Amino acid sequence: MKLLSLIPVIAIGVLLLWAGQDFPKWGDVESPASKSPVSSHFIANTGVDTEVPNMVTAVLADYRGFDTMFETVVVFIAGMAVIAILRGSSIGRPRRKDHEVEAEPDLIVTNTVRLIVPVIQIFAFYVLAHGHVSPGGGFQGGVLMGASFILIALSWDLEKAMSRFPIERCLVVAAMGIVLYGGIGLLSMMLGGEFLDYAELEKILPVSREMARYHAMLGVEIGVGFTVAAIMFVLYANLASEGRLKEGL
Amino acid sequence: MGLEIFNTFILLLLVVAAVTSLWVKDLLVSAVVFGVYSFLMCLLWAEMGAVDVAFTEATVGAGISTVVMVATIFHLRRKSND
Amino acid sequence: MEGGSLVSELFIERLNYCIYVILLLIGLWAMLAKRNLVKKLIGMSIFQTAIILFYVSIAVKKDATIPIYLAEHDPHGSHAKVATEENATENQVAYNPVELKPETVKGYANPLPHVLMLTAIVVGVATLGLALALTQRIYQGYGTIEEDELLDKLDRADERASQSPIIKEKRNAQRRKSTQRAKAKAAAGSVTKSNMAAKPSAVTKGKKKAQPKKSPSKTSATKAKPKPKS
Repeated sequence: MKLLSLIPVIAIGVLLLWAGQDFPKWGDVESPASKSPVSSHFIANTGVDTEVPNMVTAVLADYRGFDTMFETVVVFIAGMAVIAILRGSSIGRPRRKDHEVEAEPDLIVTNTVRLIVPVIQIFAFYVLAHGHVSPGGGFQGGVLMGASFILIALSWDLEKAMSRFPIERCLVVAAMGIVLYGGIGLLSMMLGGEFLDYAELEKILPVSREMARYHAMLGVEIGVGFTVAAIMFVLYANLASEGRLKEGL
Repeated sequence: MGLEIFNTFILLLLVVAAVTSLWVKDLLVSAVVFGVYSFLMCLLWAEMGAVDVAFTEATVGAGISTVVMVATIFHLRRKSND
Repeated sequence: MEGGSLVSELFIERLNYCIYVILLLIGLWAMLAKRNLVKKLIGMSIFQTAIILFYVSIAVKKDATIPIYLAEHDPHGSHAKVATEENATENQVAYNPVELKPETVKGYANPLPHVLMLTAIVVGVATLGLALALTQRIYQGYGTIEEDELLDKLDRADERASQSPIIKEKRNAQRRKSTQRAKAKAAAGSVTKSNMAAKPSAVTKGKKKAQPKKSPSKTSATKAKPKPKS
């Protein structure tokens, strides 16, 4: 099988390399991708339309906000599916002890983590909120937040992390993130614009049209952050305990 | 000129990391070298000017992806036949 | 000649694309050829990140900066105000966001592929998590994650499941008769020797072990039948 599968792989490789002669040189300013009117419009008009300095966040949350909403839904569905797959797994099967696991958490590790986790969580909020001006945004902040819970689960047991953030609450938080995102979109629709047309929010907020888009982008990123944080922890909790959620790694 | 040398060097290291991750028979070593691969990708993208993508890959690829893979491997047999 | 320009154009000027193609091929070959399921997933991830690398490298412009507005183009103007206050000139530029001219646009990297690839990375990790959950479930059900052993077990399970009901009934009746005979022998000869009683249980245990491991629900169903007998 290994040699047989080498044939189509090499054929594809030769084709791609042969087509690679026509590519523009790397870093070319005159390449068609760089001269395209869509990206030039985004670079030129992000400041005027939305007053957000980070073009990537502006395009992600405002110009292509529909995309991001469905991506959040995909992450949510992946979390649901992991729970569904691993829920009905082995009941009461004893764990194979071919690696010795420590009986109780280590002193140095727990005290260091106790100092570090609040800092990580504040940094996660900072990355989320400052995503308009610096690299960052909803996804990165959400993943950092989820990673802080995974750190608690790794240094103590899974039960201690679950006592702080039980799975039911995780799912509620994740669903709330999507409701927040869709809710902002529906709110704009009810105020007379299209779905996810944030400029219409100037009718209820005391700001100009551009600043309404700025603030709605923050709300949308918070929604994304909620969902991603919760689902990252759900993924880890279910995979580390084989769906039983009793004892972790 | 220095940037091109840097790019080529990191790309060659990427190929080495990818091949190593698939060659070793111990699955835990595979997962950790995959984390190294993710970090090298993140470095390459940060050098190319894609800072948001590099940030996301650093947290998601080298963070969550590696941890989740190690968590799964703990419950499977650690030695693979090929 | 044709060959010389091919080598120089492809491998020297566009070396990056060659290495991207090599990474793609490594990932694709791992998905096809490796037998271990986790190695296949690692191959899938390598494939995904290689494609993301390709897209991001399209967005690179020579001598361009990252796609975040510099201080002089900053729409909020507070940076610009700080810069001009330090210079302390009287004719401060009033704050208003302006549309950038095409020459300035060339100085920023293209943000559009970055946006698309952000989505791709997050969807990739969701897919990886789901695939790893499936792998764990397969291991719980079949006891192995090597593809050839899995195919063996599936073939045997198919064989057993596709036998006609008449043959299955005959086999079960035979098994029931043999266990009854063994129990009768044990009851008759248990007064004499102790290892005589150990033998029938070993015989039935050997029969149960002959079936390979199945998923827990199936084993409980098949265990329910011999349980009232033994």
